[in-house]
Amino acid sequence: MLTFTLRRLMFAIPTLLFISLLIFLLVDLAPGSPMSQIPLTVPPDVRLKIMEAMGVNEPVFVRYFLWLKQFFVVEPLVLWDHWFGTSYSDGMQRIVSWQSRSPVMDIIVERMPQTLTVIGTSYVLGVMIALPIGIYSAYRQYSWFDQIGTFIAMIGFSVPTFFTGLVLILVFAVNLQWFPSIYDTSLRVTDWDSFLAQARQMAMPVMVLALFNAAQISRYMRSSMLENLGADYVRTARAKGLSERIVVLKHVVRNSMIPVVTVIALGIPSIFGGAIITEQVFRVNGLGALLIGAIQGSDLPTVQTLTFIFAVLIVLFNLIADILYGMLDPRIRYD
Amino acid sequence: MPDGAKPVLDVRGLQTVFRTRGGDVHAVNSVSFHLEPGELLGVVGESGSGKSVTMMSLIGLLPMPPAEVREGEVLLGDMDILKISPAQLRDVRGRRIGFVFQDPMTSLNPVYNIGNQVMEPLRRHMGMNKAQAYTRAVELMELVGIPDPERRLKDYPHQFSGGMRQRVMIAIALACDPEVLIADEPTTALDVTIQAQIIELVKELRTKLGMAIVWITHDLGVIAGIADRVIVMYAGQVVEQAPVKELFANPQHPYTRALLKTIPSVTGERETRLKVIEGQPPILGAAPTACPFAPRCGHAFDRCGAENPIRRALGAGRVGYGHDVACHWDASKGAAHA
Repeated sequence: MLTFTLRRLMFAIPTLLFISLLIFLLVDLAPGSPMSQIPLTVPPDVRLKIMEAMGVNEPVFVRYFLWLKQFFVVEPLVLWDHWFGTSYSDGMQRIVSWQSRSPVMDIIVERMPQTLTVIGTSYVLGVMIALPIGIYSAYRQYSWFDQIGTFIAMIGFSVPTFFTGLVLILVFAVNLQWFPSIYDTSLRVTDWDSFLAQARQMAMPVMVLALFNAAQISRYMRSSMLENLGADYVRTARAKGLSERIVVLKHVVRNSMIPVVTVIALGIPSIFGGAIITEQVFRVNGLGALLIGAIQGSDLPTVQTLTFIFAVLIVLFNLIADILYGMLDPRIRYD
Repeated sequence: MPDGAKPVLDVRGLQTVFRTRGGDVHAVNSVSFHLEPGELLGVVGESGSGKSVTMMSLIGLLPMPPAEVREGEVLLGDMDILKISPAQLRDVRGRRIGFVFQDPMTSLNPVYNIGNQVMEPLRRHMGMNKAQAYTRAVELMELVGIPDPERRLKDYPHQFSGGMRQRVMIAIALACDPEVLIADEPTTALDVTIQAQIIELVKELRTKLGMAIVWITHDLGVIAGIADRVIVMYAGQVVEQAPVKELFANPQHPYTRALLKTIPSVTGERETRLKVIEGQPPILGAAPTACPFAPRCGHAFDRCGAENPIRRALGAGRVGYGHDVACHWDASKGAAHA
């Protein structure tokens, strides 16, 4: 297992390098200029100087290798310095946002907590709702519970999140006034009241995303359970006189989890990127909002860096899914 | 086996129906048979004749719905196991009746090791703790002839061959020392040489442990070598019942005769074509009112299309003991039965 993991990590390096090149070139091809944010009153020769100072006039591959160096050498050194109080990175050029002129990584670190609390909570909640529903729906296939579950799941993933989000805002924020419609990033949880306030402002975005995630995962769980419930080993388990509880929860669930684990693990990177729209609807100042802002402002370094981080996450969770596979299923041994 | 010994299992008038969208399918139609202590009862019939469904329905292993046991009694000792609660039935399964299924490749759970699966019924029924169950599991593995049991208990099903897995299934079925072992085509999925090994193993275990066995198969050659008594099933009913020697020497029902003719002979002239019984067994949308074999039968006459024959004893015996057959045609006289 260890050699497998190491081998996979080694293979990830060329994959990621290729992805980074692709992202860099694609973003570079996109129309728009970093000067679009600069007022038209600035004379052309000054514009040229600004462009030169930003290094935009360099050929694409030079900029690519510079970015690579900054991402893989400078930024880790900065992190090292930050943790251990050393000063290896002094005087090195970090990846700087064209919009705000501050290092991209600092902005990302600043925005990360909002995304993690809201989107992360909704994902965990979604999985926790989805698994029991999927298990019970399959066990009682075509029962009332299953029919209602199927109906809600259909709504859950066929209605887009920006729509459910707006409906929730209309009902709970405008009409009932239970929850605030705008997420307040500056809120610090210090006591019970501020905790309640935090819970209230998280409620709607979490609900919207949890519904969406639960809808998807519960369907996967249900179909995987159905496949296994008819298996011969289930009949063997029943023939041993085991209770239905043990038959289902011990024998069937573990087998059914194998494909679902992939779906769950591969869904994790998308909670960063895929929640872009929800963050917009509820004004959550997270990574999704950052990416949208950067795209609109032609802030190439931010877009490239964020997109690449999403790519790294996808590759990483792919690997994690494979490792979990091996743990759940003894037939899969990687060595 | 002596007549009149109290049967360990007595099935009377069992009727099982599958309720499907296209209407009911009558899979088992008033099947009656009994099983004497220590006896090996062979159940034969072609695919779809209701052999497995009969055995599964008497212990509630069919998915219900769509299956439904409409009528009948299944007496295990003095207890009718069709009437007891699901919890009581679970106490019977694995404890008093053990099962071995057809396909050992899929009958074991792939994600748990063999030890876990062998110990499960022991901990469930015998109240053993982990250490006791482990000791017993090692014994069981030795009993069914699996070498190096301590190491093998830690292995997973995919690390076993088909024959070894079937041995594990037998170990699981025999774990709690059941009175009855139901083996549903246990050798069908195995190589011929492995088949012979499994048959030898079951014979040996039977003399050692003395349980009664129901052996379901469509292979008459296997039956000839292992069974004491045979019931022949067709379209969900018992068409003939006899001690094994009697059945092979003196088959009565045209279906039994046809089945025996399909066995290719290893001696004598080599046949160019294998013999088959033309046609398919019927799918019964209703309880049969005519002889279900009549459309494929060479002796059928008008009565066969009008009346489903009931089992009648040959000679002086009772139905279910000695030799009985469900046919309007009398094979010994070569004429219609009076």
